[in-house]
Order: sequence, then C-alpha cells, then structure tokens
Amino acid sequence: MSKTFSIGGIHPKDSKFSRDKSIEEFPIPKRVVISMNQHLGMPAVPVVKKGDTVKTGQLIAEPAGFVSAPVHASVSGVVADVAPYPDFLGKKVLSVVIDTDGDEWMETIDRSPEIKHEITATPKEIFKIISDSGIVGLGGAAFPTHVKLTPLEGMKPEFLILNGAECEPYLTSDYRLMMEHAQEILIGGEMMRRVLGDVGGIIGIEENKPKAIELMKRLTANYLQWEVVPLKKRYPQGGEKQLIDAVLGRKVPSFSLPISTGAVVQNVGTAYAVYEAVQKHKPLITNVLTVSSSDPSVQKNYRFRIGTPIREFLSAAGAMDKEGHLFQAFVKVVNGGPMMGKPVSNLDGPVMKSTSGFVLFTEKETKRQEEGDCIRCSKCFQACPMRLQPYLLYQLAIAGRTEELDENRVFDCIECGCCLYSCPAHIPLLDQIRLAKNISLKNKRKK
Amino acid sequence: MDKLLISPAPHLHSKDSTRRIMRDVIIALMPSVLVSVYFAGLSALLVLVVSVAGCVLLEHLIVRYLMKKKTTVKDLSAVVTGILLALNLPVSSPWWMVLIGCVVAIGIAKMTFGGLGHNLFNPALVARVFLLISFPVQMTNWTVANSIFRPDKWELPKNLLGAQGQLPDASSGATPLGIIKEGLANGMTMETLSQQHDFSYWHMLFGHIDGSMGEASVLAILAGLLYLLFRKVIRPVIPLSIVITVALFSGILWLTDPSQYADPLFHLLTGGLLLGAVFMATDYTTSPMSPLGMIVFGVGIGIVTMVIRVWGAYPEGVSFAILFMNALVPLLNKIKPFPYQKEVSRG
Repeated sequence: MSKTFSIGGIHPKDSKFSRDKSIEEFPIPKRVVISMNQHLGMPAVPVVKKGDTVKTGQLIAEPAGFVSAPVHASVSGVVADVAPYPDFLGKKVLSVVIDTDGDEWMETIDRSPEIKHEITATPKEIFKIISDSGIVGLGGAAFPTHVKLTPLEGMKPEFLILNGAECEPYLTSDYRLMMEHAQEILIGGEMMRRVLGDVGGIIGIEENKPKAIELMKRLTANYLQWEVVPLKKRYPQGGEKQLIDAVLGRKVPSFSLPISTGAVVQNVGTAYAVYEAVQKHKPLITNVLTVSSSDPSVQKNYRFRIGTPIREFLSAAGAMDKEGHLFQAFVKVVNGGPMMGKPVSNLDGPVMKSTSGFVLFTEKETKRQEEGDCIRCSKCFQACPMRLQPYLLYQLAIAGRTEELDENRVFDCIECGCCLYSCPAHIPLLDQIRLAKNISLKNKRKK
Repeated sequence: MDKLLISPAPHLHSKDSTRRIMRDVIIALMPSVLVSVYFAGLSALLVLVVSVAGCVLLEHLIVRYLMKKKTTVKDLSAVVTGILLALNLPVSSPWWMVLIGCVVAIGIAKMTFGGLGHNLFNPALVARVFLLISFPVQMTNWTVANSIFRPDKWELPKNLLGAQGQLPDASSGATPLGIIKEGLANGMTMETLSQQHDFSYWHMLFGHIDGSMGEASVLAILAGLLYLLFRKVIRPVIPLSIVITVALFSGILWLTDPSQYADPLFHLLTGGLLLGAVFMATDYTTSPMSPLGMIVFGVGIGIVTMVIRVWGAYPEGVSFAILFMNALVPLLNKIKPFPYQKEVSRG
C-alpha cells in the first residue's frame, strides 16, 4: 500500500508531458545576471567588482550571516556590473552581472563524467563543503541547506527524507534528475544522512513515477539504512509537512520546525547538488528546469547556468517567434508549478538556484472565472491539508478581524492553493488568506 | 513588450462549478421525476413544469428588476428548487397553489435573504410547510385525477402489489403514516391496521401513490443518492446519520411494544424521510460544513422527525425537522474542526 498524508489534498491532472524528455545542456548565455538574493535569509555580499575577471565556479559573493549562502560565478568572463537588476517579478535586487568569455572553469572542479562512489570526506568536512558551496533547498523554498543540517538543541534527527514527490503538475525536473542521476542523488543523500548522525534514510516518490521508484528500489536494495516509500498521487504531497505526515505519520505543530518530529526533508535536487559539491568540488552554479505547456512542441528539460535570462529558455523551447515575442496563445508564464508558482512579469529576469521550471498557459487554461456566491459546500475545508476553514478565513480577512484570524490559525496556511482550486464558486480564497496571513505574521514578529 | 497575465497562484482550477453541481443534483432527481410521471402522468408533469418555470422566472425577475443585478438563473439552482418543490407536493395540486409555492420558495425563503448561499432555510421546504398550513385540504389530497400512463400493464409479479393484484385506479385517503397515526389514536393496534390496509414494503420500494410526488419510489431516491455520492456532490454523513437515528429511535419503541409502534422499516420507507434525508437535508447552504456538525444535524433531524411522527399532531415530520435543524446551522458551524497541531503523534 502506498502512503499518503492524512488530511485534505486534491488530485489535479498531473500533466507531466515532458517526463520522457532527457535533460538537455542549455547553451551558455552571452550575459548572466546573478542575484544576491537566491535563498531565504540575508542576501549575500558581493566580493567582486566591476571589471574583475572570474572563472566558472569562482566565489563572487559571501554569505551575510549563518542563515545565508555564498554565490558562485556560473560562467567565466568579466564582471560588467554590480548593481540592482530586476528579477522575474520586476523587483530590483542586488546582482552581479558577468559578460561571458569562453568557459574557463576553476581548476579544482572535477568535470569528468565518472561517478565517484567512495565517500572519503568526514561528516564535518561534508557539512563545511555544503555551506561553502552555496547549496540551498532546490524544492522551491531555497532555504540554505547547511542550516537544516545543523543540530538544534533538544531535537534529535531520526530520519532524512529525500523528497522526490514532485507533486506539482507539469514539472518533471526532479523526475529527470532521478532517472538520469539516481546514483549521484543517493550518494549525496548518504552524505547528508551521515552529517545528521547516521539517521534512517527514506526516499518518497509519488506513484505516477513508477520507473523512478523501481530504479531507486533497485539501487538501495543492498543498503539497509535506505528505504524507498511509494506515495499515492496527491497534491500537496511534496509539501514538507505533508511529506513527513505521509512517510512517518507525524505532524509538525504550528510554529515548529519539521525537525521537531525528528525528520529532515531535502529535495532530490539538493542531494544531487551535495554530491557535485563534495565529490566533484563543484559549487551550486547549475540546476535543472522544465519548460512545459499543453502544446507538445513546448515541452523540455534543460540543465541551466544560474543567471540565464528566462526569455532564452522560452525561445529555445519553441514558445516564441523569431522576433522574441511569446506566441499569442500563451498569456501567462509561471515560474515554478501551476499550484504555487509565481507569475513572471519580466521575461528578461534571470533564473535562480532553485528555479524548477516555467509553465506556459493559454487563456482558457488559466483565466479565472467570474466569482460567484459561496454556496457553503465546504469543498475548501475538505481540500485544506492543514485543516483550516478557508471560507471562514476569507470572510474574516475581508472584515479585517485579525484576532479571530489568529484564533482560526491563519498562520498555519501553507499557501498550497487547494482551497481556491476546489471552490466551485471561484472565490479568490487564497488571495485574501495570503494577505491576512502575512499581516498576522508581521504582528507576531512585532510582539 | 509581451503582454503577460499576472494573477497569484494557483494558476489552475478544478472543473467544479456551481452550475455543474446543480446539474448533477438535477440528474440525481431524474429517477424520482420519471417515476412520478410514470405513475401519475400528465398531472405530475403539469405540477413539475409549473413549479420549475415559476421558480426560474421569479428568480430572474427578482434579480433583474428588484435587485438590479445580472441574472443568476444560469447557475440552475432555481431549477433544483423547482423540482424539489414539485416533488414535495401531491400530484393533484392545483396550478395556482404550485405558483404560490414558488413565490414562497424563491421570493421569500431564498431571495429575501440575498439569494443562493445566503438563505437560512431550505426554500422548497419552506414553501411546502407554508402550503401545508395554508391549504391543508389540497395538500393532503392524494387522489390521482387522471393518468395517461395507467399502470394496467404493470408487469411486476402480482404478489408484490396490493390486495387486488393491480395498482388502484385512483387512490384517495391518508398516507400509511396518516393511517397509523389515526388508527393508533383510535385504539387500534399495528397488527389490525396492517391487516386492514395491507402495507406492502415492496410497494413503497418500487412506487406507490399515497404521498407527495417525490415519495413515490424509494428506489428512485436511492438511485439519485448513489449518483450524488459517485459524483462526490454530497458525502453520506447527513443521510446516514438521519437514517440510523430514525432506525434506532423507532426500533427501540417497536421493541417495547410492537402493537403500538410501527417497525423501523415502516418508518424508513414511508413519508418523505428518504427524500428529505437525501435531497433536502444535504442542501449545502442550509446544512453544516464540518463532519461533526453534519452528524449533530442529521441526528437532530432524525429525533425531531420521530417525535413528531409518534407524539405530534402531524402524521409526518421530516419537513418540520429539517427546517428546525436549518435554524441551528449557524450554531453548528461554530463547531471548530480538530486543529492540526493537536494531532502531534509519534507514530
């Protein structure tokens, strides 16, 4: 029996059209814009200045504190600018701009294709390399990985869960990575498992990826410390709290870290990055993304250099005409999956460490329907994986009743979008709840 | 510059819509509609057509010209109310009485509160109770005036049918519930009553004409229930808790004295119990939203129904019971779900 989380959830069509498209090496762009704000926490501080020559993999920014991460050059060339540049939302963030010149890598980086199985580094060394390589959670939140691997007082890690659920429709980058680099992911996972103190290792994969489940099962067959857990197809299974519930049957309390249940969750992509960093000395400068849509000619998986303009992927994937305009059928570009991704407003914005893909939608697919009256069907309540009452939170949010919002745990909302997805009256539940939640959290911080 | 559509996540939506839900309810009501037309012919069709047309037209006029908004009849909820109202009336209802029912259901019970989703009471039931109190004679006259589909060629085995071996041409008089209410009050026992009146459970299951249109066939209602469950329009919580409560309540009474109380099956198959449990009590707007609230709601309906049936003045109590519990829904909605964080467990 496959496992799954116990509360709420929905079953959107998985639309994983690009699942059988191998990862293609994306060409190096003429210019990259590398944001200093690619992780949760304090933005990194640039250590290069205009005119400097940098090699691929060279450190260009240092972390600004413990909850922060360094940034490395994804190409070799000359630093053209260190200044605020607009990201995919059009918001200006401090960035290092590099004009590409060839592709000269740091000598320390091992670029050979052989898989290095033997783990020689001690857990302490592994931890140091992870934090020096700028590795962040590649599942979407971009939380610095070394912070999650740091022991907290009174909390004993028992399990490392590798997240291969990839429950967002359309996205296939994690799946391709598991199919093409399963061994590396396991080696990276094994190293994190050792850092956590020889805890149990679990890989959670949804049932709609049977080949990945089979492959991982075969590779871990001889390792008692590893277990592959097949999961039912259900959104938001890849959410940290839902995954822990699905795999271990433990629930993360409000305002608590997942580690309070004894579980540390890392994305499979992160495990791959850890492998590259420790075994190949390669910092986090590349990642894999999916470009997908319901149009069969626009369905690709690419390995990209961080800082490449979004426009280039859309153009290469076949979503743009020769003049570089999106085909008219596509009205929306989503950065990430369709359930939680943000809409791109600046196509010239760069891709980041944790970019997982771009999904293009036609008007018919994505345009919101006219809002009707609530018929109190309670479908939003049935769909909510955090057992909140979205209809109630929505009304309280509109009325601005902050105290009652807190009583009804608005802060527990994980913004998965299940409520809005299920609402037959097309009421913008999550829009209002998201606002109310941010106000609630701000008030909490003030206190 | 490319024109990009910007709206927050989620960027997809399920196919669900209010109209789709209402359409499913209409489909689920079709077996009951067809059975009533089969048994009573044109007169049933007339009641249905007047009721649906009246409800839809009235809602359109009110929204368009009184509230001055875009018409809402496209969501099909007025059609559902129209069909439910018709199924709650006797076949012999005069057209003007049906129209009065429409005015009460749509005009008073629904639109006065602000339309779909805002009403406190089930519109069709408010209309039914209004008519029951205002026109007691017409509302308890179960005579079938004429039927174009005379069930002369009824093909079920004869032993399933009434004493005459065929369905009566026209039936007048009380419903089974009315018969036992009066009979027991006059000091008769269940045994003599069933000998005199030949209550056939098979009759009740497949179709009988004593009662309002929608009560005609329990099987048709169950077919509708299966469809609603299959399409996930409703959850079984409310119908189940009503049925179980009624079965337990009547079962205990029956066991204490079978001569004075009807058995549980009798109570489940008669009157509008299943029609109410499946189609009226499950109305989203007028029922609670949390599972626990739904259970309390269903149990409440079961108890009130049985109290009225056994000790009340009316032979039938489902309508009153549902309306009574409707009034408690805002309170029941205050029942909070078990919070997520209270469930921390080390499994």
